[in-house]
Amino acid sequence: MTMARAVASRRSFLGHSYNLVGVIASLIILAWTLIAIFAPYIIPHSIGDIVDDDYFGPMRQGLWLGSDYLGRDMLSRVLMGARYTVGISLAAVAISCFSGVVLGMIAAVTGGWLDTCLSRFLDAMNSIPSKLFGLVVVAAVGSSIPVLILTLAVIYIPGAYRFARALAVNINTMDFMTVARVRGESTIYLIGSEILPNIIRPVLADFGLRFVFIVLLLSGLSFLGLGLQPPLADWGALVRENIGGLPFAAPAVIVPSLAIASLTISVNLLIDNLPKKIRDRDA
Amino acid sequence: MKSGVLNLVLKRLAITVVTLLIVLFAVFFATSMLPGDTASILLGQAATPEAVAGLREAMHLNDPAILRFLRWLFGLLHGDLGTSYANEMPVAQLIGGRFVNTMELAGITTLLSVPLALTLGITAAMLRGSIYDRTVTILSIGIISVPEFMVATLAVLVFAVYLRWLPALSSVNEAHSLTDLVRIYAMPVITLTFVISAQMIRMTRAAVIETLSTPYVEMALLKGASRSRMVLKHALPNALGPIVNAVALSLSYLVGGVIIVETIFNYPGIAKLMVDAVATRDLPLIQSCAMIFCLGYLLLITAADIIAIISNPRLR
Repeated sequence: MTMARAVASRRSFLGHSYNLVGVIASLIILAWTLIAIFAPYIIPHSIGDIVDDDYFGPMRQGLWLGSDYLGRDMLSRVLMGARYTVGISLAAVAISCFSGVVLGMIAAVTGGWLDTCLSRFLDAMNSIPSKLFGLVVVAAVGSSIPVLILTLAVIYIPGAYRFARALAVNINTMDFMTVARVRGESTIYLIGSEILPNIIRPVLADFGLRFVFIVLLLSGLSFLGLGLQPPLADWGALVRENIGGLPFAAPAVIVPSLAIASLTISVNLLIDNLPKKIRDRDA
Repeated sequence: MKSGVLNLVLKRLAITVVTLLIVLFAVFFATSMLPGDTASILLGQAATPEAVAGLREAMHLNDPAILRFLRWLFGLLHGDLGTSYANEMPVAQLIGGRFVNTMELAGITTLLSVPLALTLGITAAMLRGSIYDRTVTILSIGIISVPEFMVATLAVLVFAVYLRWLPALSSVNEAHSLTDLVRIYAMPVITLTFVISAQMIRMTRAAVIETLSTPYVEMALLKGASRSRMVLKHALPNALGPIVNAVALSLSYLVGGVIIVETIFNYPGIAKLMVDAVATRDLPLIQSCAMIFCLGYLLLITAADIIAIISNPRLR
């Protein structure tokens, strides 16, 4: 019953219907989210315990995803890795989209020199390749979790800003905006009550895309050994520490890669299969 | 009308110069935020306070940041990149040979991926909706959605582990014959080509499809032109601007890809040098490498924008 209702409600979410690919993609995303939340309660072994005599062990009963380079249970490590990959990326994307969208709307509503300066500066920030930016910041201030979240957020603020500003500039020319202005409404009211409701759908789609970029960048940094530091391990770090198993095609190096791919491809597919009305930039 | 385009191009170039200055300052600022005093790190724990103070004075570390930035910038203009902290060699000397290696890698990848991606992108757009188009689209979405290191590990798994055709590591110094050379470059180039092509295919396909939906292409269709004539004669010349723009933009992804690929295959280029420098916190080396990458990236996106301006018939 609840299952059927869940699917039905998803199908009519926001008054639009989804196709099959979209539903499957959102189920995978939901599954990873639940795993990220409940990981400590469902892992079969503690992530630090050495449970296998062999390193890079194959998949077998009890060790469903084999063992890693120290003989630790890979399933538990991947489930716990979801926590860091999904959690850090979500926190970063929330900060970057919130700041980017708010700044973008303010720039569009205010215009003038504030708009010009902000746009010029953020465009310049956008001209620093993201991986390079990450490398330089990590070199300067290290890679604790708060630093990683902030760095990832800052890297993607310019993109979110640009996207939201372009949308908000269009809304800004509408008659109801002129009316609201004549009424003497404050900037906060204008961006919160007049602009935001009109751009929220494409902004949410953009949120998803940016989430994918952040997951990829975080994994890339961790893979280079510059992201999350041991004993913590996100999926990128799991690939890095088990890269020695590559010549034996050990599951320990393949599974975390697949985990990243399943999450990012799902988000991309979900956005691609959103109803046109939500996805369109000028909706 | 011609001067209008020229004006736009000049304006774009001016923006690039301003951006470059901001980027250089950001790189300098980020690297000088490093906790710990450079002078005491260099001299070690046994250094006397007087010695540290002396070195600080000699390295101009007491000057305000803006002065140090200007001095660094001035040095750059004279080709003086500073001295590496880790092994006390001039940075220019460390970078020199490796820069050539990275450019070789990027060059070979470009030569391979541009024709490949254009062919796939244009044919996919021509056969829009067919199984061929869907396969190309799904594959390119798949490659864009996964991290570069995963494409690299997959390539190693397939070509080095299962097929045993190629070695997993690169070492340029051991190249003695042509076959050696091919084997060394193969893995990094294959990985990069995949990463770059996927972007390019998507953008090319989108550009061609957009021109295919214009009234003049519909006219050609109604006139009875064949499908290939319609695409090659009518659509392609008009899609050329957006396509070249897409190529330049995709090539800017080389900057990110090269960092991962050089590390994973142990390829002796500047990206590997920079990752190592980050591990040892070798500031002058990081600054110079970061600057080279930012410069390359900026040049590519500026080129893309200028091509877009020049090829826009409404501005001509």
